[in-house]
Amino acid sequence: MKLKGKALKYGDNIDTDVIIPGKYTKTLNMKELADHVMEDLDPDFKNKLQNGDFLVAGHNFGCGSSREQAPLALKHAGVSCIIAESFARIFYRNAINIGLPLIECKIDEIKNGDILEYVVGSSKLHNLTTQKIIEVKPLPQIMTSILKEGGLVNYLKKYGCYKL
Amino acid sequence: MGKTVAEKILSEHSNKDLKAGDIALCNVDFLMASDTTAPIAIKSFYNMGGQKVKNPDKTAFVLDHASPCPNQKIAALHTMMREFASEQNIILYDVGEGICHQLIIENGHIKAGELVLGADSHTCTYGAIGALACGVGATDLAAAMFTGKSWFKVPETIRINLHGKFPSGVYAKDLILYLIGKLGSNGATYKSVEFYGEPLEKMTLSSKLTITNMVVEMGAKNGVICDSTTGMKSDPDARFERIIDVNLSKLEAYVAAPHRVDNIKKAKDLSHVKINQGFLGSCTNGRIEDLRIAAQILKGKRIPHDVRLLITPASKKVFLQAVKEGLVETLIEAGGVFITPGCGACVGTHNGIPGDNENVISSTNRNFKGRMGNNKAFIYLASPATVAASVLKGRITDPKEL
Repeated sequence: MKLKGKALKYGDNIDTDVIIPGKYTKTLNMKELADHVMEDLDPDFKNKLQNGDFLVAGHNFGCGSSREQAPLALKHAGVSCIIAESFARIFYRNAINIGLPLIECKIDEIKNGDILEYVVGSSKLHNLTTQKIIEVKPLPQIMTSILKEGGLVNYLKKYGCYKL
Repeated sequence: MGKTVAEKILSEHSNKDLKAGDIALCNVDFLMASDTTAPIAIKSFYNMGGQKVKNPDKTAFVLDHASPCPNQKIAALHTMMREFASEQNIILYDVGEGICHQLIIENGHIKAGELVLGADSHTCTYGAIGALACGVGATDLAAAMFTGKSWFKVPETIRINLHGKFPSGVYAKDLILYLIGKLGSNGATYKSVEFYGEPLEKMTLSSKLTITNMVVEMGAKNGVICDSTTGMKSDPDARFERIIDVNLSKLEAYVAAPHRVDNIKKAKDLSHVKINQGFLGSCTNGRIEDLRIAAQILKGKRIPHDVRLLITPASKKVFLQAVKEGLVETLIEAGGVFITPGCGACVGTHNGIPGDNENVISSTNRNFKGRMGNNKAFIYLASPATVAASVLKGRITDPKEL
C-alpha cells in the first residue's frame, strides 16, 4: 500500500488527552471522534488536514491513556500514517491494532507541508518536496503481519490465533 | 545470566526462556476493561470471530469512568456492557462500586507473579502486589478475551533502590513525582521498573499502589514492588538497564505543574499559585489512608468560601470505612463535597469540570491540557496532604508549612 500526502508537523509529548479528550471517548461513532480530534492542541487541525495526510511529531507521541479512541479519531479524520521520533508504548500497539501505520524515524528532514510518500512496510520514507530519503525503524514481524491484514480484528478473523 | 522479574514472569507464561528484547506469546491470567474501553473491546471481540470469552471468571468489566451515567448516549454503552457481562458470565462491577484498579486489588482477583492486562493505562498499579500488569487498548484486550493470550516484547528493566525515611509531610506520591521529574515522561518507555529497599517493608499497600500507579507517567510498561510482601525479586546477576538510588529523607513535597506530569516543582516554590478547586480521589490517591491524611489536616477547620474541595473515595468500601471513621463528617464540615466512587472528575467526563483559567490542585495522575474536561484550566498534581494544605490556604502549600 502506497501512502502519499502532506506533512502536518507538531511537537513532542502529544498526549492522548489532546488527541481526543476523555469527555468525547464514550462512543462507538467514529465520526464523533474524528470531529473532535486534536481540538485542544490545534482547533484548526481538521481544516488543515486533507484525507491521506501524514501527522508528524517529535518524541513520546501518544503518551498517557490506553484509549484506542486516540488512533481511531486520527484514522477516521483522514490521517494515513503517523511519523514520530518515538511513540508511547500503548499508543504504538493501538495504532497497529486498528490498522493505522506508524513510522519511527528522525523528523528533522521533514517540514510542515512537505509532500511525503511511503510504501507500508518499507524501510524508507520519501520526502518528495526535498527529494530526501529517510531511514525508518523497522516494525517487529508480528506488527507487520497485523498491519498487513489491516489490523488485529482482521488478523484474528483470518488466523483464529496469534502466529508468532 | 540471571533474570529480572519481567523476564521471569514472561518466561513462565510463555514456557520459553526469555530475555529482554525477545517477543513471545504469553498466557494471560486476568483481564479488565472499563466503560471507556469495554464497548470497543466487545465490538472487536465479536468482529474477530469471538463467541465465548476464554476465561470468564478471570475477566472483569467495571463501570467507573462515567458513573453514574451522565447522559443517554453513554447509558446505551453501559447497557451493552451489562448485557455482554451477563451473556458471557464475566465479572461486572456496576455503578458506585468504585475505580477499576482499586476493585481488582480489594477483591483479591490477582496475585504476585501473575500476568495481567487491563484496558486502562493505570493497570500498572497491580505491580504493588507483585503482578506484571500492563495497560493495553481495547482491541488487544478483546484479542486476549478471545484467545486467552497476548504477545509481549520482554522489556528492559530499571532498578530503583530506596533508602532512608520520608520526612514529615512527604509521602509516596512525592517520591513517584520526584522520579517522574528525574526520568522524564518518556524516561522509562517500554521498560519495566523494579522498586527495592528497606523503606518498602514499612510502607502501607496503599502507598505502594500510589508508586506503581504512576510508572506509566514515565512511559513504563509496568512497575513491580520487590519486597517481602510480594516475594518478587530479580536474580542477583540480572541485567538492569539502569540503577537509581533515592534517599527518601532528602525528598520534599512536590507538585507536577501544568500541562506535563514531568514538570516537577517543589510545593514551597509555588506558594504564589492561587487555588480554585482541590480534588482528592482517583486510583492514585483515593484510598482510606489518603482521606485520613486530608481529614487530619482539615479537622475543625473550614476551607475559604472561594475554594472548592471535591472528594471521590476510590471504592464503596473506602467510602463506607470513611463514614465509619468519621472522616466524611470531618471533610464535609471543612467544606468538602463527596462524589460517588469512580473516575469522572480525574478524566474530565463529569463531576467536577473546572472553569476557564482556574487552578486545580489534584491528587490524581495526569495534568494534561484538557484532562479534567476544560482545556483552559490548569491542573497541579500533588499528594493528598499537599491538596488538603493547599485548599485550606487557598494557594499551593507545602504541608510542612501548617
